This record gives sequence, C-alpha cells and structure tokens, in this order.
Amino acid sequence: MGQDQETLLRDFHQARWSEPIIYEMSTPGERGVITPAVDKKIKDKLRNKENMIPESLKRKKMVDLPEIGQMRVNRHYMRLSQETLGNDVSVDIGQGTCTMKYSPKVQEHLVSRNSNIASVHPYQDESTIQGLLEIYYKTEQYLKEISGMDAFSFQPGGGAQAIYTNAVIVRKYFEDKGEDRDEIVTTIFSHPADAGAPATCGYKVIDLMHDKDQGYPTLEAFKAALSEKTAAIFITNPEDTGIFNPRIKEYVDAAHEVGAVAVYDQANVNGIMGITRAKEAGFDLIHYNLHKTFSAPHGGMGPGVGALGARGVFKDYIPVPKVSFDGEKYLLEHEVKQSIGKVRSFIGNAAIIVRVYMWLRSLGADGVREAAKCAVLNNQYAIKKISQIRGVTMYYAEGKRRIEQCRYSWEQMKEETGLGTEDVQRRLVDYSMEHYWESHHPHIVPEPFTLEPTDSYSKKDVDEFIAVLEKISWECYNDPEVIRTAPHNAPCHGIKNYYESDPANVICSWRQYKKKYGID
Amino acid sequence: MKEEKVVYPYIPNSNPETQREMMDFVGAKDMWDLYEEIPEELRYKEKLAIPDGILDEFGLKKHVEKILAKNKNCDEFTNFLGAGCAQHFIPAVVDEITTRGEFLTCYGAESWGDHGKYQAFVEYNSMLAELLDTEVMSVPQFDGGQAISTAMAMACRITDRKKVLVPELMNPGYKSILENYMHSVQDELEVQVEYIKFEPETGRIDLADLKEKLNEDVAAVMIENPGFLGVLEDRGEEIGELVTSVGAEFVVYVNPISLGILEAPANYGATITCGDLHSLGLHLSAGNGQAGFISTQGEAKYLNNYKDFIYGFAEPEVEGEYVFGNMLIERTHYSRRAFGNEYTGTGTNLWMISAAVYMALMGPKGMEEVGTTILYNSRYAAEKISRIPNVSLKFTSPFFQEFVVDFSQSGKTVQEINKQLLANEIFGGLDLTGCYEDFDHCALYCVTEVNTREEIDFLVECLEKILK
Repeated sequence: MGQDQETLLRDFHQARWSEPIIYEMSTPGERGVITPAVDKKIKDKLRNKENMIPESLKRKKMVDLPEIGQMRVNRHYMRLSQETLGNDVSVDIGQGTCTMKYSPKVQEHLVSRNSNIASVHPYQDESTIQGLLEIYYKTEQYLKEISGMDAFSFQPGGGAQAIYTNAVIVRKYFEDKGEDRDEIVTTIFSHPADAGAPATCGYKVIDLMHDKDQGYPTLEAFKAALSEKTAAIFITNPEDTGIFNPRIKEYVDAAHEVGAVAVYDQANVNGIMGITRAKEAGFDLIHYNLHKTFSAPHGGMGPGVGALGARGVFKDYIPVPKVSFDGEKYLLEHEVKQSIGKVRSFIGNAAIIVRVYMWLRSLGADGVREAAKCAVLNNQYAIKKISQIRGVTMYYAEGKRRIEQCRYSWEQMKEETGLGTEDVQRRLVDYSMEHYWESHHPHIVPEPFTLEPTDSYSKKDVDEFIAVLEKISWECYNDPEVIRTAPHNAPCHGIKNYYESDPANVICSWRQYKKKYGID
Repeated sequence: MKEEKVVYPYIPNSNPETQREMMDFVGAKDMWDLYEEIPEELRYKEKLAIPDGILDEFGLKKHVEKILAKNKNCDEFTNFLGAGCAQHFIPAVVDEITTRGEFLTCYGAESWGDHGKYQAFVEYNSMLAELLDTEVMSVPQFDGGQAISTAMAMACRITDRKKVLVPELMNPGYKSILENYMHSVQDELEVQVEYIKFEPETGRIDLADLKEKLNEDVAAVMIENPGFLGVLEDRGEEIGELVTSVGAEFVVYVNPISLGILEAPANYGATITCGDLHSLGLHLSAGNGQAGFISTQGEAKYLNNYKDFIYGFAEPEVEGEYVFGNMLIERTHYSRRAFGNEYTGTGTNLWMISAAVYMALMGPKGMEEVGTTILYNSRYAAEKISRIPNVSLKFTSPFFQEFVVDFSQSGKTVQEINKQLLANEIFGGLDLTGCYEDFDHCALYCVTEVNTREEIDFLVECLEKILK
C-alpha cells in the first residue's frame, strides 16, 4: 500500500529491532578487527628493553570492552541507524529555529572519500595545503559578500561557540580601550546561548521581554536597558518567532550611542541570505551556523562551524590562525595584532568549509537568493495552512508576514481537550515525522511548537507534514486514547523519566546499569 | 527566446509552476512582497559577488577535486606529525556507520524517533567508561582544549576556588583556549592559571614546584599523561595524593588509544579524566576529527557540574524495553539561560558514534595490541633517530607515541630539515621552535601503528643525508 494521495498520510512503522546493549552481544574470544601488529624485526631489536612503560603505569586489568565479530558489530549499528530518523529519511521541517537543510551527497562523498581532505594533517606545511586554504579563503569572500562584514573566522566549532567567541572579542575590545563594562543585553526570544555564552565570560545578562503585540521589545524598553555598563547587545532578527524587526537599525544605533558593541546572532539566515545584510543594519560582529543555513549536516549535534564575521576594528580581534592570500599563495597568519588567540584547536572543522564552498558554488549568487526566497515562501505557505488547523493559534504580529519560521501554539486545543504540544510531539513519529521542536525555555508562548520548512523541502513535503498535524489534531479531539498511548509505531514506547532530574537516578553507563539492577 | 528560469536540484520549489501556485496562495506578486516587513533601506538588491552556480553535479565535483589536488596528504606522503591529531588506522565499519545518512542528518528528536542514536550514545558512554574506569560523562566537547577548560571550570564550581595549576609543557594550542576560558569580565569570577615547571632531564612535572604552588586556594591540578611531548608520568599516585590532600580536584588529560596498555588515570587518583576522542576512529580531516571528553564517577557533585547534555538509561513504560533520557537538564543554559553551568550547544556528537563503533570493534585485545604496536614503533623510531650523529632525544623518560628530537647540535633548523624531508615525501615532526622556551631546534615526532618499519628506516636514512 502506498501513500494515500488524497489524505497524504501513509501507513508507517519505524524499524524496531529490540537490540540488546552491545555488552550483551559479547562472546569472549571473538574479534571485530585486527590492527597492524608489531613488526618482527622491531620486536627483536627491542627484545631486551625493559620499562618501556613504568611499572606504576602498566594497565593492571584488561579493558572490559565487548568481544564481537565484525559482521555483528556492523549489523548492530546498522540497526541502530535504522532506529534513527535523520532528514535523509524523514520530513524534518519541525526543527524550527534550526531546521536542517538537505546536505547534498556529492559534498558528503567528497569530504569523506577524498584523501586531500580526509587524510590531511592540519600542521602540514602550508605549501601542501594550498587547495584547502584556497577553499577557506574563497568561502570567506562569499560570506563577506552575503553579510557585508570585513573578515570571517571559521574556528568556532558551533553556533554557541561563535557567540562565546564574540563575547570574548567584546571583552578584549573593552580591556584594550580601558573601559569597564560588564552587562550584556539580549532578548528573551533570542537563542539561550545569547545569554549563556556571554555569562560564561563573566557578563551579567539582561534578558529583555517582548512587547505583547509586536513580539519583540519596544525601542523604548530596549533603550531603557542600555547604559554605560552595557558592553554589547546580542540579538537575533528575525527571532524564534519568525518576526522581522523592521526598526533593527534604530536598535543598533541606540546600542552604539551608549558605546556598546552590536552583535548579531545570525545562526539561521535561511530566509534573508542575499536579501538583507548585517552591515546595512550596522552590526559589528555576527555569526552564521554553517551546519544549518549553509547545508552541512548536523550529525545529531555536531561537529559544526559557527562562522564568525567581524567589521571595522573588530576584524583585528578574530581568532588565529587567519587565512590570507598574497596574490600568489595562501598563508596562515598566526600573528594578528589584537587577536583573542584561540578558542578551538587547529583551523576549525575544515571538512565543513569544503562542503559550504561546494554548496555556494553550486548555487551561485542567484541560487543563494532563490534559496532564501523559497525558505520564506514555504514558511508563509505553511503558516496560512497550519493556522487553519483546529486548535492552533499564533501569537504576536497579527497580519504581518513572517520570515523563515513560526512559533505556533496548541493552547486552544489544550484547553478544549487536555492534550497539548508534548502529546502531539509524541504522536508525530507514528506518521514518520522525526520530531518537532517546541520552544526554548521559558515557554512564553503556551503549548508551543516551532516549524521552519526551509528551502530544501518541496510543496509536497510541506503538505504531508501539514496533513499529519491535521490528523493528529483530529485525533486529539476525537480519539484521545490513541494520543495518550503514543507512540505506537516507533522503536520504543513511552519513557517515564525522559528528563530525569535526580542525580541519584542517573544511569549513564552499562556498568552503572548492571550495578543498579544487580546484573553480573 | 526567453531565458529559462533555473530549477535548482536542492531547491524543489524553485520550479516555476509550483512557485507560482504557492505565491498565489500566499498572495504575493513578487519576491519583495514576501519581504514586505523588511524596509526598503535594508533591502540588498545588488547581485552578490559570488560566481555563477556550477549547476551540474559532475562539473561541481571536478571543480572542487581540482582545487583539492593542490594539497598533499598523509596517504601519499609518510606522516610523522601528531600533536593531538595523530594518524591512526580506522576500520572500514567505523566509516560505514559514521556516514550513514540517519546518523549524519539527525538532530534534536526525543528518544522515540531517534531511539537508535541514543542507544549508540549510551553505548559510547558505557565503553569509554570502561576504558577510563569511570561511570558518567556528558556528550563530548569541541576538542581536548575545551574538555580541559570545562574540567577546570567544573573543579572551580565544586571547590568554590579560583586557581588552577597546569603543566608548562601542556599542549601549547590549548593554553590560549584555557586562558580565554578562565578569564572573566568580573574580577571575583576570574580564575588564575599557573604553570608548573618541568624537569629539564625527564620532561616530567617538577614536583618541588608543584608543592610550592599547591595550597588550599587551588581548585584543580591538571597533568597530561602521556604528556603533549609524549612523556609518561610515573608518579601519578603521588601527585594525586598531594592534590587531593588540599581538597583540590586531580584532573588527568589522557590519550584514550593508550589505555589498552596504560593504567586508567582514575586508578592512580584522577578525580576528573578528560581528553580528546581523536584517536578512537576519527579521521585527520585537517583537524575536523576532534572531540573533547570529560568523565568522572557518578557522585552528585560531579554530575551537577557538567555543562553539556548527559544521556543515560531511563525507565520504560513497557517493561523490558531499553529507553534513554536526557538527564539533569536544569544544569544547562537551555533550561536556565544565563544561569546554566557555562554555555552548551552544538558540539561533536557524531564522533560519539565513530568512537562507539571503534571501541566495539577493537575489544580488549584490539586496544592492547594497538597500544603495544604504537609503543614499539615509536620506541624503535626514537632509538634509531637518536643514533644519528649530532641528534639526540630531549628527554630521558619513557614515552608513548611521541617524542622530542633535539637537532640543536646539527647546525640546521627544524624548518630546513622539514623542507628537505618534504622533498622526500615525508612530513617531518612538528617544529617546536617558539612553542616553549628553549625548544628551538626541537621537533615533536609522532609514530603510530600506521607507520611501518620501512617508513621509519627511510626517515632515518633521509635525516642522515640531510644532516651529513
């Protein structure tokens, strides 16, 4: 039976292998792989050597790892992969604020199979990594063009690390100026890292609440939070709600008026690449998540790259080494005058830069803009349909067009049926959808869910996801038992303590599990 | 003839038919209607200076392959560079599983849809815990430098102290990462980083200097074992006793591939073990294959102080099922914004999958054998190199995998030597000139299980010629 072309629903059941824990598969004596042995001549030469390892450092007990033949190890992890729904197998438009795009296979094959990236050592002589440095340099030029910034660093290993790095830059900038500023202003609908990462550098963070109508803080409230203590603002636009603040430049100007640095969290620029730039809005520092907006895969939370863009004086503060070009060859500069030094070893996640270069080259200037346009079109299309689903409401900015994402609410359905966003979320997988993202904390929009269809998904994909939401809404109103007992077609059923909060109940490893349940 | 609109394979709704239908549905006449909230002065209407798209996949692949062909790599050349990114054998099954689209393209689902991913994560925890003789860990950090930084921040929270001691000879690339992390805008949150001297003969830490600096203001003492320069520290237990006697945490940074033959730091007193997963099945990838880990016993004081997500076994509603959960999330900034334990976020989770498969394939014997081969190969290389006239080893200590070669008597700089090695298709050891005081003319050589006897002999032959 194929997918019903009228309802767009399908009869789905995810793989359920009931796999044992890898330790339960062990048969003493089996081998999974054999590594190169010690060369016989080397062994002979070193025969009489004693104390190659100091006595106190010799391992006393063999490591308790499982002993399993290769085929079974491969099969076990193949099965675990089948019990995982990445966006290669699922329509995963529900990861709003950070829905992943399609990660083109030609990129994946190249970075994992081409020795000129997979087997390159980061400390090789510069003359032997000219190809890689060229890709770094050119990718930097393209991102400078998209943002209007003057320089980029690809060192940070993720978006949050880029925010952290920006906070370190702000800290050093004011130390160099001899100014004592210890406050950061952000907004409650900016990513939690915009509060958490500056706090890690020692900043006191002001989380500004939004205006109930427009969905972001008023300019007056924003100005009231700024003072000579403000080191920087860390804000997003559009925020998690998908609402674009059209007066953003005035907010940035207000920050500059008190001498603060304007930092723009552009982790997600799906909707505005080539449409509006950080430079024209006046920002000093930004970051892009290359694993998200620029097609690199997410890998279940990394590795990623938070590409850090800097303008004006701030371009001298970015981490080292910096890639430059002298007209003939590409160079790694380790001495950049004001640089904060390092936040990540080597030159960052190089294989991601190769992917991003390929993606940008495949699209070109027109394609980049087309991607942004389609991301927004998909979102506005989805909003118009989803807002008609029974039980769904939307908060803020009524009648305004949203950019790339939207935070919705099941508040009304919760009131009418007792079933809310977590219940819907648990049921999604029964219809083949990996998941949807509710909201960062705190849940200001009640019973929230956040969708972002991106440019990667076709109209048919978006329609199918919407059909699933409609069906689940219908079930909540008409067949609540099927929701309460969901999921039914997933690799496992319900979980009593998914968010366990007592350290005494944390069982992190098989050895703890065995201890807890008295298994030998 | 009218120019046809490009339909991009990665952007299905660039198809003009579909696009028109959807534009009509949302009531937009042209693109800028979709962006009516963006004021005119912020709209960027110029064509971006990005070259036109290479639309065909074949052409794109050729284009990038041609650029990358300007590189040399460690498959065609013989490599003796390590420094936290050593070259190891990676079983094919590791690559097969790591590149599975399901693992590669998944993200933040709860345990139902991504059940298999969480099981693999918890199996990773379980096997690494055996290697380290510990119980708990969070998901990995960006790299070993971040792991050290967060281990130190954990120690400061646990002890409520603001000073840490680390070896002068620690990985120089990590020093800046650590110093950035310990520094604070607020004076009362500032953590002081002090460096412990080393014994010039052995390369081990100088115990007298440690004793002098160690007091009840110290939150943690970190040692690397094996050290960044390969040196094995045989007085771990003594150091551990000194450190814990003043109530500080004893942090040991370890290379996990050594642990089939070397004692787990927890068994000589480490209260926090950290390191980088690189050696457990991650490719060089110009430094892309790095991931920090931190692991401890399961007491609440440790669990409550991790900064990243902790996954573990949860209780199933259907008896007999294995299910997994996200533990103690209140620690994180996802739950408490500015008030979480440091920031967290996208890290290096995919590398947990690689490391899990690697450890499952290797088993106890594999880990013992690979450690033994590295030990013998590196020892063989060091002894042979040290017999070259005017070349010596910097330190007398036993070592694992890496060792410092001193060329100062040869009259040549490491840069000159490496340049000539390159002409022989060899990447020579890392030039330590400028990395530490008095290490000019020294190079850090790395020899692992992938280097054959013939390769080592050829290196020595080349060095002899170069230094003649």
